[in-house]
Amino acid sequence: MNRGIAITGMGLISSIGNNVEENLASLTSNKTGISRITQINTVHKNDIMVGEISQTNDMLEKKLGLAPNSYSRTPLLGIVAAKEAIAQAGISNIKDCKTGLISGTTVGGMDKSEQYFYDYFESDDHWNHINGLHAGDSTQKIADALGLTESFVTTISTACSSSANAIMLGARMIKAGELDRVIVGGSDCLSKFTINGFKTLMILSDTYNTPFDENRKGLNLGEAAAFLVLESDEIVLRENKKVLAYVKGYGNANDAFHQTASSENGDGAVLAMEKAFQTAGIEPSDIDYINAHGTATPNNDLSEGRSLIRIFNGNVPEFSSTKAFTGHTLAAAGSVEAIYSVLALQNNIIYPNLGFKTPMSEFDLVPETILKHKEINTVLSNSFGFGGNCSTLIFTKEA
Amino acid sequence: MSNLKLELKEKIIEQLNLEDVSVDEIADNDPLFGDGLGLDSIDALELIVMLDKDYGIKLADPKEGRKIFESIDTMAAYISANKA
Amino acid sequence: MKKEVYINSIGSVSVQKTFDSTQFLEDIVTYNDTTLKVVDPNYKEYIPPAAARRMAKGIKMSAVSSKNAMKEAGLQNVDAIIVGTGLGCLGDSEKFVSDIIKNDEQYLTPTRFIQSSHNTVAGSIALDMGCKGYNFTYVNTSISFESSLWDAKLQLQANEATHILVGGVDEMVDHHVDTHRFIGHVKDKPVAMEEVLSSHTKGAVIGEGSHFFVLSNKKGKSTYSKLTALNIYNTLKKENIAEVITGFLKDNHLLLKDIDGVILGNNGDIEYDHFYTDLCSSIFENTPQLVFKHLSGEFDTATGFGFWLANKIFKTGIVPEIVKLNDKNITEPKRLLLYNQYRGRNHSLVLLEKC
Repeated sequence: MNRGIAITGMGLISSIGNNVEENLASLTSNKTGISRITQINTVHKNDIMVGEISQTNDMLEKKLGLAPNSYSRTPLLGIVAAKEAIAQAGISNIKDCKTGLISGTTVGGMDKSEQYFYDYFESDDHWNHINGLHAGDSTQKIADALGLTESFVTTISTACSSSANAIMLGARMIKAGELDRVIVGGSDCLSKFTINGFKTLMILSDTYNTPFDENRKGLNLGEAAAFLVLESDEIVLRENKKVLAYVKGYGNANDAFHQTASSENGDGAVLAMEKAFQTAGIEPSDIDYINAHGTATPNNDLSEGRSLIRIFNGNVPEFSSTKAFTGHTLAAAGSVEAIYSVLALQNNIIYPNLGFKTPMSEFDLVPETILKHKEINTVLSNSFGFGGNCSTLIFTKEA
Repeated sequence: MSNLKLELKEKIIEQLNLEDVSVDEIADNDPLFGDGLGLDSIDALELIVMLDKDYGIKLADPKEGRKIFESIDTMAAYISANKA
Repeated sequence: MKKEVYINSIGSVSVQKTFDSTQFLEDIVTYNDTTLKVVDPNYKEYIPPAAARRMAKGIKMSAVSSKNAMKEAGLQNVDAIIVGTGLGCLGDSEKFVSDIIKNDEQYLTPTRFIQSSHNTVAGSIALDMGCKGYNFTYVNTSISFESSLWDAKLQLQANEATHILVGGVDEMVDHHVDTHRFIGHVKDKPVAMEEVLSSHTKGAVIGEGSHFFVLSNKKGKSTYSKLTALNIYNTLKKENIAEVITGFLKDNHLLLKDIDGVILGNNGDIEYDHFYTDLCSSIFENTPQLVFKHLSGEFDTATGFGFWLANKIFKTGIVPEIVKLNDKNITEPKRLLLYNQYRGRNHSLVLLEKC
């Protein structure tokens, strides 16, 4: 076994809660965050359902002490989540050791760009948002809000695996001794851009998404931000920190099959999981729970299901997708589900895969459908994205 | 009908950026996907938008497209039968 | 024991005629403008028509530069593909947004949305090459390319990979330029190439380009240089930069006099070029100073051009007159340092060594 990287803080805002505790309460009481969209005026509002965070930008800006309409929603959500993570990790001086920030995003400031795309030419009222289109701009704003200066700060955008990859890079940086502490995760807000984009791919469900169900109709988009604090063993020891769990294994691979779809047999997913087992130095049989990518699109769930059967040699452990709670939060999904994985370890629970009724005809995989209590020591979490991007993370209770 | 077929060929070439293909090179019964014109699943989604925009025909399930877009013949027949 | 990191090949599509690797800035493309487009290679020689028809410009440019880099390295495949891009295939993103607005969210097609995903270049190279390895895309403004270098270096040093294709790509797009001109990031009036770095006006001349390199922990026949050290900083206090640079060199057991030349990111923006000029008149006073953004234009991954330039200098031993900022000459360069920042943030230091 190889030694894991310590997780000492977590912060999360999603449609099922404004912090980690609220998220856990929703997950353990079957409370979904899927609803009709209220904050974006889209012509598709009656055809789609989303995982929308109830707090408006105004409310978030007030909470953060910012003037109205100063930031895109992506950094606003990101700052809320990152600050919660820092607080939990008990960090009072972020510069007391070599600290970095790695964030994942796909939309960045697109919510504002699409709103003022032509207005910019009419008046200078919203020119503060022009440079926000850069994906890196949201990361910069999060770094500023945390007081992180003269530091390693970067952004990863690999579609729906972005924040899983941010966690992976962070773990590698600490392992290599390049950083003592790193804040890793991602943030993505809902936007017309992604709503219409996924609509053109005809993979949006018009009702509640039902991962791994035979009659699944596609995904619900969601919005979220989630960050974790990773720290080196030296820092943990020096400050006698409480470790929540460990990033034990990680792997990224490319499906190299299609621009948006996953290969029929989930080749990329199998490779990513194989690599994760390798870095963790554990066997598939050590996994107690799988938090699947499970977007509820016909293609993902079939491909992922097949990859699970392949890698676990037919003996797939208990699994579920939490996307029926949150919707698909794109770049943030990997870090949202990383936190859910840690909560599963801490509380010895497996979350229900809401909405599941009928097993898929292609195989006999049945996800957990009610909250289950069980000793959990090792959790595997998958995240897949456009461009064939496949990532797997493994979290453990013990180092 | 033959006008519609010609129109469809022109539209397919334009919509799908098939720069090096001419109308004469597409026979009415040539398969559009796979070995024929070599279109793929993303092209199918483009064609679904074309049906909606130009002929007022909405497909809810992308799988329905497979049969309809088999060839210019099948497309023309479907449009003639279902045009709004 | 950490492994060495070699730059084994280069590929470039830029505002200059850099896609022809036999040339080295001999035939300069001049301009009098505020925006610059790449000199298009014959894309058809590199990309089959069926594949090209949906490709955004960033993907096309990168197909050429990455294929040239792979060819020079003599490789069919790599262990990982890592790409940096400030804005991805921005042209398609902006077209998709304008279509959403103009058509009131109706009759939209998927192609532009798919191309808009920031990782579409890395994904499309992997798809074309059949590369199932590690595939990452970094999108952090002016350190997007350096983040990719960093990741590659980490893997090669630890011997987690042997060959990695690393690149940087960005497109020049009208809406983006127009809006950024409003906020002073782009020059208001056309400037001639010869005058851009001494223009004393606000903003930069915006360019585009795609640069790919094969980095390996094994020296090859075509090896250009060795990547010795690299650092990135989200912010730096201006008064500390000289100290940060000498500290960076010290960490690598070097003194300023060990540097044979410094390649700087001056872009002619009067508001920010003092980050470089102050160093030129202090710590780098006796160091040969080179510049390149008057040739490449400014864009998030313009340092890909700077990295290309450094490697060409190592390989040829030639320093073209057009890149010299002061009158100090470089003879037999052993070490070149690259320093870049954009608008006072996202600083990078890259140290290359002849090998």
